[in-house]
Amino acid sequence: MKNAIIIGALSVALIGTGYWGYTKHRDLQEMHNQAENSYQRAFNELTYDVDLLHDKIGATLAMNSKASLSPALADVWRLSIESKSDIAQLPLKFLPFDKTQAFLTKIGNFSYRTAVRDLEKEPLTDEEYNTLKAIYKKSESVQNGLRNVQSDIIDKDLSWIDVQTVSAQKEAPRDNVIINGFKHVEQTKSTVEQDFGPTFTTGPEQSKELKKLTGEKISESEAKKIAKSYFPIKNYKDIAVNKSLNGSKEPFYSVSMEHKNPKADSYMEITETGGHPLFFITNRDIKKQQISLEDAGKSGATYLKKQKYTDMEIYDSSQYDTIGVFQFVKTVNDVRIYPEAIQLKVALDNGKVIGFNAKSYVVSNHKRNIPTPKLTKAQARKKVNPNVEVQEERLAILLNDLNKEVLCYEFIGTLGDDTYDIYVNAMTGDEEKVKKL
Amino acid sequence: MVNTYLPKDEVNAFTSQVLTRGSTGQDVKELQSRLKFIGFFKGKVDGVFGWGTYWSLRTFQKEFGMKVDGVAGPKLKEKLVKATKNYKASNTASNTNTKKSNSIVSKITKTSNTNKNNNKKQVENAPNGYTNNDIKLMANAVYGESRGEPYIGQVAVAAVILNRLSSSSFPNSISGIIYQPGAFTAVADGQINLTPNANAKKAVLDAINGWDPTTGCIYYYNPKTATNKWIRKRPKILTIGEHIFCK
Repeated sequence: MKNAIIIGALSVALIGTGYWGYTKHRDLQEMHNQAENSYQRAFNELTYDVDLLHDKIGATLAMNSKASLSPALADVWRLSIESKSDIAQLPLKFLPFDKTQAFLTKIGNFSYRTAVRDLEKEPLTDEEYNTLKAIYKKSESVQNGLRNVQSDIIDKDLSWIDVQTVSAQKEAPRDNVIINGFKHVEQTKSTVEQDFGPTFTTGPEQSKELKKLTGEKISESEAKKIAKSYFPIKNYKDIAVNKSLNGSKEPFYSVSMEHKNPKADSYMEITETGGHPLFFITNRDIKKQQISLEDAGKSGATYLKKQKYTDMEIYDSSQYDTIGVFQFVKTVNDVRIYPEAIQLKVALDNGKVIGFNAKSYVVSNHKRNIPTPKLTKAQARKKVNPNVEVQEERLAILLNDLNKEVLCYEFIGTLGDDTYDIYVNAMTGDEEKVKKL
Repeated sequence: MVNTYLPKDEVNAFTSQVLTRGSTGQDVKELQSRLKFIGFFKGKVDGVFGWGTYWSLRTFQKEFGMKVDGVAGPKLKEKLVKATKNYKASNTASNTNTKKSNSIVSKITKTSNTNKNNNKKQVENAPNGYTNNDIKLMANAVYGESRGEPYIGQVAVAAVILNRLSSSSFPNSISGIIYQPGAFTAVADGQINLTPNANAKKAVLDAINGWDPTTGCIYYYNPKTATNKWIRKRPKILTIGEHIFCK
């Protein structure tokens, strides 16, 4: 009797565990399938979008009428962005596919710029037509490569989850069909600069790099000295200097300092050539606010003057809890030179500067001749949307979308409840930039 | 304190802080509510001194014959308090009517005080072009990826996310970059869902405000644990803490 009860209880337990294990397994399988399906969907959409992209580029080549060319180019632009967002959903970690993505972005930039241009007044140049031909050919090889991968996946019932596991392995993955297919697509592309003119390869990426600097090279101990003259807290427990690694075109030193009173850390980067301070940050606990944002800005301005940055004017400020962040810009003869900007962070408990960022200042600072504007202020103002109520106006030098410095009239105005910053080229009258503030 | 001839309590609604564009806090809320009360300010009372507040303050200064500078100093606050005598703090959001019975005046102090206590919720300011949710998402990623790193290393990780935003080889949104399959280990193993500390958020704000210790890097890895050879071949820029940052 006793035995029968025990056996009964154990069987129930066994069946229960079995059932539990089965449902767990089923749930896991379900989630596995869901992930696989969403990868498959993204991939199939990618092949479809690239197909369409290739066809659309082909169509633009054959088009003669300007009226149909602009919408077709706009379609190319849309498809290039969609293809890119498909790629972003695939598990391609460490799988070199960045060139193909860059290629798609460049197609997007190219087609966008040509689509929005008035092609009646400014038709496609021969060079641009050749670019179109080149990307038509290149996109065909991308298309074919992806089509091959697609038929492999369908024929051999390949799984994207496997790609995910393989690419996480320590040894470089070699024998996965999907990975090899993508590698093949990536390799068929030569450098982007060959396909597009130089105009389409300079973008925000380039502007983040340090440009070639001139001047004497400084030593580690000189870097330390410069850092000490910038840091707001003078006492320290420890100071260390490191040099950037050899991938950096313009080498720099990084100086870190540990302060003991108050407990804080400071870190600064200084270029080796010329010893230009790029930025520093001091991190410490900030107590209750004692200083208004206004006074903190004044304290920042005094700091800049002390560090020998002249003609810097504050143009924007924001408060984050107990920290004030200020934007300074060089102003010469009432012309704001926006590329020469410095950001400061000021602690609102004691008004001391705790952050300094002059990277764009270092890159752009040089003696420049500011040209005389061809347009008068009144002429430029006529180019602004008449519904915008202009509140402030001034001359400014701006880095435009093509990374070129242009002299503009800057108008700050309101439309409804919103404020806009509008730049009109002082030479050509083009609206260079409109920003909602 | 700011002045002597007004009943002390009324001025107490403001502190002596000078407010400028970019200021945040209870004082700004007070300024916005009062400007709204007399119809100068039409936006949301959010405690962030933005452009909308700036223009309405200037209009107020113009109409009351003051120096038009968009700065709320002691004189302006005094004028504003006088002009909004009937202002009652509790119905700030909806009230734009100036005509209220005088009997309410005596209650101002009390209501505004209780109102203050209820509104202690922190005022959050977000840099132009970013929402507070973007910042939270980034802070989560930065915390999950680099919470053991020095502060500057956390700024660097945040900067990498932003550099990817302007890189042609990556998705075009912050969420797209963070949730790109396999892009960040903290996303893959769920550490992104840990609650970030204040430092991670500070680091994200520094990066958004322009600090980039990596000068444009779009990758980083920990040489002790990195599993892939490909990333080790990228041009290396610098080492911060445990991470090597590369292009």
